[in-house]
Amino acid sequence: MSQRRVVVTGLGATTPLGGDVDSTWKAILAGQSGVRLLTEDWRELLPVHFAARVATEPADQMERVEMRRLDRSEQFALVASREAWKDAGSPDDIDKERLGVVIASGIGGVITLLDQFVNLNEKGARGVSPHTVPMLMPNGPAANVGLELQAKAGVHTPVSACASGAEAVGYAYEMIKNNRADIVVSGGVEAAIHQLPMAGFAAMKALSTRNDDPARASRPYDRDRDGFVLGEGGGVLVLEEYEHAKARGAKIYCEIGGQGLSSDGYHIAAPDPDGSGVQRAIKFALANSGLSTKDIVHLNAHATSTPAGDVAEANALRKALGADADHVAVSATKSMTGHLLGGAGAIESVFIVKALQDRLAPPTINIENLDPAVTVDVVRDTPRQLPSGDIAALNDSFGFGGHNVVLVFKSL
Amino acid sequence: MALSPADVLAGIKEIVEEVAGIPAASIELDKNFTDDLEVDSLSMVEVVVACEERFGVKIPDEKVTDLATVGDAVNFIVNAAA
Repeated sequence: MSQRRVVVTGLGATTPLGGDVDSTWKAILAGQSGVRLLTEDWRELLPVHFAARVATEPADQMERVEMRRLDRSEQFALVASREAWKDAGSPDDIDKERLGVVIASGIGGVITLLDQFVNLNEKGARGVSPHTVPMLMPNGPAANVGLELQAKAGVHTPVSACASGAEAVGYAYEMIKNNRADIVVSGGVEAAIHQLPMAGFAAMKALSTRNDDPARASRPYDRDRDGFVLGEGGGVLVLEEYEHAKARGAKIYCEIGGQGLSSDGYHIAAPDPDGSGVQRAIKFALANSGLSTKDIVHLNAHATSTPAGDVAEANALRKALGADADHVAVSATKSMTGHLLGGAGAIESVFIVKALQDRLAPPTINIENLDPAVTVDVVRDTPRQLPSGDIAALNDSFGFGGHNVVLVFKSL
Repeated sequence: MALSPADVLAGIKEIVEEVAGIPAASIELDKNFTDDLEVDSLSMVEVVVACEERFGVKIPDEKVTDLATVGDAVNFIVNAAA
C-alpha cells in the first residue's frame, strides 16, 4: 500500500470573534479583540472581570430542545462540526465504518457539573437532571458529533489541558495515516467561563487582571503582559485521506504533514524554561513530515500572554529553528481570541489553514513594547504576506502537565 | 386535591413539549411515550420529575415502566392525587 496522505477538506468554528470561520477570520485579519467585560454579577467575586465569550450564542444556531440536553461545550462542538461538515461538501454517503471523530475538551462539562451540584443542594437528588452525566463527560462533545454523523471508525477524546485541541487533530491525522479511517472530524472545544474555573485560574495567578482595559489584556510578547484571558468556543477540521478527497472532487485546503509530541517531565503547570520538550516536539514534527526548518514560513504560537510561558516558548522556537527562525512569521492569535484552553489548538489550526489559503499570517495585537527577551519574528498589528510556492507552517500547543504538541501544515 | 383528567392532560402536553420538543397538538391520550412520541429513557425521567412537581404527586420508579401511554400517565396522576 502506498503511503497515505492526509488533507484538510472542511473547516468550522465558533469563537469570540464570530459564529463561523469566515466572520472569525475576517475579524482576525482586522486585528479585532473578542475580549469583553463579563455582565454576570459573579464577576465581583473575582479579581478578573472579563473574558472572551463566543460572538454568537448557540441559542441562535440550534434548536432549544436540542440545547437543553447538551452542555455548552457540546453545543459548540455541534455548531462547529456542522459548519465543517457542510464545508467539506457533506460527504454523507461515506462508509460510516471509515468515518471517525476526535474532538477534545480540556475541562469537559464543568458548567453542567457545577449547575447540577446547585440543583442537588437546592432540590435534592430528584432535582438532578438525568442528562447530567452525558453532559459533563469530557468525551461528550466528540460523542454527540459522532452520533450525529453516525461515525463508526472510532470516536475519541484526548485530554491534555491546553494542548487537547491540537492533540485531537494529531490523533485524527494518525487515524487516517494508519488506515483506520478515510475521513475524521477533528477539533477542540471549551466552555469554562464560570466563576469556579476562573477563580481557580486566578488563584494560580495565571489570568490577566487588566480590568480597566479588557480588549488590551491579552498581549502575548508585550513587556507588560500579566496573564491569559479565558476564552470559549471551538474549532473543527475535517481531515481526509488525499486520494479519497480527490476521488469525490472535494475542495482541498492543504495537507497535514505530520505531528510531533513530547512531554516536559518538569512541573505540573510551569513551562520548562529550558524548553527542551518543545524543541523535541518540533524536531519530531519536522522529521515526521519530511521537512526541514528551511521550509517553515509561519507559526501560530501557543503564546498565551503569561509572563513565563511566552518567553520560554520563544526561546525554544529560536533554538529549534536556529537561523531559519528569521523567515518564520510568528502569530499569537490569542491576543484576539483569548485562550480557548482545549479549543485553542483547534481554532489555531483553522487559522493556519486559512493563512496558507490566503497567504497571510495573522497579526498579534496589543504589543505596545515588545519584550526584549522575545527573539522570534512576531507579526504585529497587521497581517503579513506569506511567500508564494510550496510553504509549510507549524501550530504548537502546550498544556498544564507538560504536554507539547506540534502540528505541520503544508500547502498543496 | 382532586385533579381533572383534562387539566392533567394539558399539563403533560406542556411538559412533554418543553422536555422533548414534541408539539402539544400531537400529544394525545393513546400515544405511547416511547414508540409514538420518541421520548427516550432520559427524557422520560425528566417528564416524571416535572409531573411530580407540577401535580404534587409521587410517581415511584417501579410505576414508571407501567406508564406506556399518555393516558396511563393521566390516570395514574389523577388517582394518585385523589
